[in-house]
Amino acid sequence: MIPEIGHFALILALGLAICQSVLPLLGAHRGSTAMMAVARPAATAQFVFILIAFVCLTWAFLDSDFSVLYVANHSQLSLPTIYKISAVWGAHEGSLLLWVLLLSGWTILVCRYSRGLPAPFSSRVIGVLGILSLGFLLFTLLTSNPFERLIPAPADGSDLNPLLQDPGLAIHPPILYMGYVGFAVAFAFAIAAMISGNLDQKWARWTRPWTTAAWLFLTIGIALGSWWAYYELGWGGWWFWDPVENASFMPWLIGTALIHSLAVTEKRGLFKSWTLLLAISAFSLSLLGTFLVRSGILISVHAFAVDPERGLFILTFLSIVIGGALILYAWRAPGLDSEAGFKPLSRETFLLLNNVLLVIATILILGGTLAPLIVEVFTGEKISVGPPYFDLAFIIPMLPLVFLVGIGMHTAWGMQAPSKLAQLIKKPAIVAIVLGIALPFLIYGSSGALLVVGVVAGIWIMIMAAIQPIGYWRKNGTILSMPRGILGMSIAHFGVGMFVFGVVIVSSFSIEADRGLRPGETVNVAGYDFTLKSLDDIRGPNYTAIEGNFEVRKNGAFISDLRPQKRTYLVQQSPMTEAAIDAELERDIFVALGDPLGDGAWSVRLQYKPMIRLIWLGAFVMALGGIVATSDRRYRATGREH
Amino acid sequence: MKPRQQRMLAVGLVAIGIGIGVALTLTAFEENMMFFIDISDVNEGKYPANRNFRVGGLVVEGSVERETGALEIQFDLTDLNTELTVIYSGILPDLFREGQGIVAHGRLGTDGRFIADEVLAKHDEKYMPPEVAESLKQYRPAVAPETDMEAKQP
Amino acid sequence: MRYLFPIIAFGLLIGVFIKGLDPERDLNALPSPFLGKDAPAFDLPKLKNPSERVSSSDYQGVVSLVNVWATWCVGCRQEHEFLKSLAQEESVPIYGINWRDRREDALEWLDVLGDPYIASGYDHDGRVGIDWGVYGAPETFLIGKDGTVLYKHLGPLDRVRWNQDFLPLIQEELENIK
Repeated sequence: MIPEIGHFALILALGLAICQSVLPLLGAHRGSTAMMAVARPAATAQFVFILIAFVCLTWAFLDSDFSVLYVANHSQLSLPTIYKISAVWGAHEGSLLLWVLLLSGWTILVCRYSRGLPAPFSSRVIGVLGILSLGFLLFTLLTSNPFERLIPAPADGSDLNPLLQDPGLAIHPPILYMGYVGFAVAFAFAIAAMISGNLDQKWARWTRPWTTAAWLFLTIGIALGSWWAYYELGWGGWWFWDPVENASFMPWLIGTALIHSLAVTEKRGLFKSWTLLLAISAFSLSLLGTFLVRSGILISVHAFAVDPERGLFILTFLSIVIGGALILYAWRAPGLDSEAGFKPLSRETFLLLNNVLLVIATILILGGTLAPLIVEVFTGEKISVGPPYFDLAFIIPMLPLVFLVGIGMHTAWGMQAPSKLAQLIKKPAIVAIVLGIALPFLIYGSSGALLVVGVVAGIWIMIMAAIQPIGYWRKNGTILSMPRGILGMSIAHFGVGMFVFGVVIVSSFSIEADRGLRPGETVNVAGYDFTLKSLDDIRGPNYTAIEGNFEVRKNGAFISDLRPQKRTYLVQQSPMTEAAIDAELERDIFVALGDPLGDGAWSVRLQYKPMIRLIWLGAFVMALGGIVATSDRRYRATGREH
Repeated sequence: MKPRQQRMLAVGLVAIGIGIGVALTLTAFEENMMFFIDISDVNEGKYPANRNFRVGGLVVEGSVERETGALEIQFDLTDLNTELTVIYSGILPDLFREGQGIVAHGRLGTDGRFIADEVLAKHDEKYMPPEVAESLKQYRPAVAPETDMEAKQP
Repeated sequence: MRYLFPIIAFGLLIGVFIKGLDPERDLNALPSPFLGKDAPAFDLPKLKNPSERVSSSDYQGVVSLVNVWATWCVGCRQEHEFLKSLAQEESVPIYGINWRDRREDALEWLDVLGDPYIASGYDHDGRVGIDWGVYGAPETFLIGKDGTVLYKHLGPLDRVRWNQDFLPLIQEELENIK
């Protein structure tokens, strides 16, 4: 009964999505207040029904109702409760439902905070969001119904993929989707502006907090995904340039460009059509990611189970939404750009460079991601593109950017006096260069050209980002009253510096060794002594495991006990490696069990990863900067202004 | 310098920078592009010389050999037409098993064995790497693999 | 003109995607490689009675179904009722290949849910599954009188698919032979 309620609620939501899209758009066109007034109630009701559907599915999981096909395929009686809940979005159908729920959640937030905007504009925004919701609800109901029955019900389910039975992955998808879906709001704002043919600086101010909010979720989502890959499947790697990772990274890059370009549009009224294009692209790349991941068109380790029918549906939807938006763009954008130019040495220039470099990086990554598909379609050859390509394609445009960031944030709008800027830069530049050359030698005892460049860049950004908050604090004794926009920017850029620093150190000084070990033996890796004390058989709720008991010492001093496992999940009989990690801010020690080598020996991977925490910490600091920036009073005022 | 010269200089520098960037990226792309080669083609000598490529197939039952305690492992891969011996030193993916479809990255050694620097298996055991599936599809009808595999059994 | 670039680039991309989704290329559709060719021979111990054997010669000269199943597979559970009703109609004999399973589990399954199969072969190590190009359970093969594979269905079978995909082929096969 419960699943039928959920199914029915989804159908009702579909009906409401039609109301929410057609009536407000038509009303805005005709100037009918009554029709526009439908927008908010329809969106709210739609959210309620989607929430009901979501709760029903969650209930079916908690209740282990295996008469629901999706539950039978992705759960099991002895699955721990937290994973029964996260299993709701553990596979295609449920994750789509989550997607729709979040889209609808963003929509009611827009409803709530757009009351101060002109009615035709907010109606159009909500209407466009309604169309998107309509598309995804149709997709769910027609090709991916999570409530499909399986009668008679099996006695037990076939379990959740063991890889997904992990706390990191339980929260990664909702947060990542919050980011993906959040760009729909910026997209809807862009479409609404193009329909009305009116794009002013106020528009940019309305759009900014939404974009930043979506971006910060995406930032956290990607960081969580990377962290999960690191300890759960990466054997210590933290980024693989897998198509699915790229699918989330490209919207992030464009979203970052959009945040910066919106700043120019708000402050100076420039880059209007460019900002629109970025707003369309950020969400388009989110949709494209969905398509790539769920159609099976690209080969990836993360890809969902595949169904050509679904691929075709998303492709059609994609063509309508993105194609429609771009046609509208080609038609409307030419009228929007102003003739005003700007001076070469000004913040505008730096933000333009930021945009150009981010877009170049995105295009290069998109090219590498799609190359296997394109080559195969045209030549029939099956190729793959290795990570070194992506490393380089990313580093080349980013290297100038990381140096420009430091200068850009201290450059004035309009025009900057070169002498003052030079004076400001001089000291930090010297400090960064000296530290960049000295630090690797002092701490790690070696160096290299690229390493120095990277370390200098990381320190440089951190120093430059700290200047303004420190200056404000000295003057006022607090930084809490500092304008939130500037404070947020400084924090986010500081996070970039941490990230750059972490990446450079990890890639230069990581030590990794695969060894064969018998119980009682000790190996030394990176100055740490790893002793395999014993191998024990243990039993978890739905798996059995062999657990290695390692003792780690450095120069005789005890560091940590590590217990990596090799699990076998009982239902799917699939093996899983659970690494054990001793984490400190300045380094991780990572131990994973490989395979039995015979004669009681096991292959073991031992790793030393300096500063790897800074990679994720840097990402979280960036996101924190986003939170601070969205709390700026300037944006809150928009709700009340009339 | 006059402002115009300055601007020319700036534009020139940017152009040179972009040029170097493009050249580097294209080279990186060329170098990191790896072809997937069917095992039968490898055995007929149709593979790119002096560069890495990928092969994929089923791990032949009973072919996995390793010296006790050593990391080096050797196994045969089949596309159900011909076989290729692969050697690998390192930790195998969780779902590496006999009979399972896998993909290996590496190059062909002078002794005709494939030296893998990476061995990949799918995360989900119900799933076969598509390239492997494709490769198998091509060859399956030609032979009766049963005898072929039987011969390998000790 | 420059405002048209995005839509043109996107159009080209969509073109590539459409070609990429072409079922001919679809890497996951996996049409049976021996459609219209002889089904691979097999010879397996019977599930219920390991001393007896079930082999491809058992269904020589008859249109029959070969169904690959396992107790760990939810899809098999899903199609089981349908297979039973099919068995009751006695239109085609159904042979099972119990794939990568444990004998006691499989026997219990047939005991509890009923047994639609003339006989099931016990393919514990999945060797026959490999010969038959099985990518996942359940899979169902329609075998013609002369032992060729007429059709292969991936995933759970139901009445709709049966009527739509299998029945016409069976009709045709029976008429052809006459």
